[in-house]
Amino acid sequence: MDVLVCVKRVPDSSSQILLTEDAQAVDGRHVGFTVSPHEECAVELAARLADATGGTATVLTLGPAEAVEQLRNALALGCGAAVHVEADTSRFGPADVAREIAAVVREHEGAGSPYDLVLLGNDAADSGDFQVGIRLAYALGRPVVNGAKVVELADGVATAHVDGPAGAETWSAPLPAVVTVLEGGVEPRYPTIKGRMAARKVQIEQRRPAYEPGGSRRTRLLLPPPEPSTVQVLGKGAEAAPAVVDLFEKLGVR
Amino acid sequence: MILLYLETDEAGIAETSLETVALARSLAEAGGGIAIRAVLFGGLPEGVAGQLAAHGVDEVFHVTGAGFEAFSGAAWASALQALRERTGSVVVAAGGSPRGNEVLAHLAARLDVPMAANVVSFAGLAPFVVTRQVVGGAALEEMRLDQRPALFTVAGHSWTARAAVTPGKAEWHEEAPEVAPGDLAARIVSVGQREAVRPGALKRARVVVGAGRGAGGPDGFDGVVELAELLGGALGVSRVVTSLGWRPHHEQVGQTGSRISPELYIPCGISGAIQHWAGCSSSKTILAINTDPEAPMVTKADYAVIGDMHEVVPAIVEELRRRSGA
Ligand SMILES: Cc1cc2nc3c(=O)[nH]c(=O)nc-3n(C[C@H](O)[C@H](O)[C@H](O)COP(=O)(O)OP(=O)(O)OC[C@H]3O[C@@H](n4cnc5c(N)ncnc54)[C@H](O)[C@@H]3O)c2cc1C
Repeated sequence: MDVLVCVKRVPDSSSQILLTEDAQAVDGRHVGFTVSPHEECAVELAARLADATGGTATVLTLGPAEAVEQLRNALALGCGAAVHVEADTSRFGPADVAREIAAVVREHEGAGSPYDLVLLGNDAADSGDFQVGIRLAYALGRPVVNGAKVVELADGVATAHVDGPAGAETWSAPLPAVVTVLEGGVEPRYPTIKGRMAARKVQIEQRRPAYEPGGSRRTRLLLPPPEPSTVQVLGKGAEAAPAVVDLFEKLGVR
Repeated sequence: MILLYLETDEAGIAETSLETVALARSLAEAGGGIAIRAVLFGGLPEGVAGQLAAHGVDEVFHVTGAGFEAFSGAAWASALQALRERTGSVVVAAGGSPRGNEVLAHLAARLDVPMAANVVSFAGLAPFVVTRQVVGGAALEEMRLDQRPALFTVAGHSWTARAAVTPGKAEWHEEAPEVAPGDLAARIVSVGQREAVRPGALKRARVVVGAGRGAGGPDGFDGVVELAELLGGALGVSRVVTSLGWRPHHEQVGQTGSRISPELYIPCGISGAIQHWAGCSSSKTILAINTDPEAPMVTKADYAVIGDMHEVVPAIVEELRRRSGA
């Protein structure tokens, strides 16, 4: 079965965050770029599902020219085809992104290569909108399961496992369907040299956005002011142990 | 009119939902005494009506019946959509929980209006500008919500749940709307006790001992596990630890792991990246153990020991044993 997986190039936010001068985006120039952990897992799931069913996993991104890096990475991790909708992401709100992905899905379908499943991350690591996958499902008129950790495909049905508030939920959705993925159900593989070589040879489908974006409604980004440190250092090395246990006693946790 | 989708747990209205009511009250006051209406789904614990009245909710719609036996984002949103129309609400909000975000995203897609996730405050009413968490809480975004209804979810812990000065009437309505078959195409077929019980233990622990890259490798956890056991607590780890395969993902604390709120959290060899902080910032007391006095976890902590966790943790274990006379 054929799976489309959508990823977003985002600044690595695991260390310090800086904003661009116009305060419209996080500045990734000094920290590098990545995709969210959810999307890493979505790529892994897409590759496994395509593998298990003899289909193809196609990776799609809407992003600047440099986002080809994220597509090549996904190609090295088991995806077999890639689509790049080249655009300035900051001008695209979540509804715009969903509409662009839907346009690609419909066009590929019209050309005889439909997708049985579309996977996305549950939320992007930068804009955190929590809605692109769901909007995409409505744009395509397909059912959607949100926040899945594992997905299986059989007999025209997607079975998805979600950690719900009351326990492990098993969801079922008829194909074609949309599923958004949360980190933690599968371990993303490491790229092999062979995978990287093969990834370089894949011809990426280059596209332009199909619509004029409505925009993100963002007026500006702000950094919360750093809070003053009030840490009390109990000591250095092993010598601090008695002071630590005193603290346990004071807090009543011992 | 403000319409809220609220969640319940065994104890009553969920904490994130009560926080949402608190923000809604402040919005209602700013707007000159707008009514607050709440929508609840399915089976309810006792005392919910009283709780909502105390928190200033004027009207409650309780939705049950065919199609509402198990959670469904689409079905929930269809009921909200109908109630929104009937009540003429100009704002629809929910807690920034997985379900709150999911249901409101469905509603946003159905109504084709924007939705702001994880709002922490509103800056103005005309135009309606909200401030919301982005980049896992490392940055804030100001966003304009010009269309009506304005849809948003409220970031956890950004407001404090508090009873209202003037209680609401919480006038009760039972509802059993019809659900279109298409809204039940994706559905829950079973709920089991798979992995979800284990993060539950981590979330409820009074003491959590954390370990990050500083553990050094898969064999570097003996000390922290022993300390957790001695304190009757649980082990929590950073994402570096789970992505290197040193420990299982259900032990992960953070934005994409569990959110913990113990009496004491003891992160060892964890730098305190914003995504980790998102999961541990509700701890009552934090004692960081780290070689780097400048690590964000150390500067944000209440207490710290500067040193190698492989020396400090065994020394604490030994001191604990000594004092218990073992
Ligand atoms: C979208 C997104 C979601 C994420 N979700 C999560 C999440 O849920 N949870 C999470 O934890 N991370 C998450 N991350 C990753 C996060 O950004 C950090 O990369 C991660 O938390 C760092 O883990 P760490 O602190 O163990 O490692 P590091 O950042 O490498 O820090 C190691 C620390 O250990 C100290 N140290 C080293 N050796 C020793 C020693 N012998 N004794 C004592 N101290 C020592 C160092 O001084 C340093 O402070 C997420 C990232 C993204 C982009």
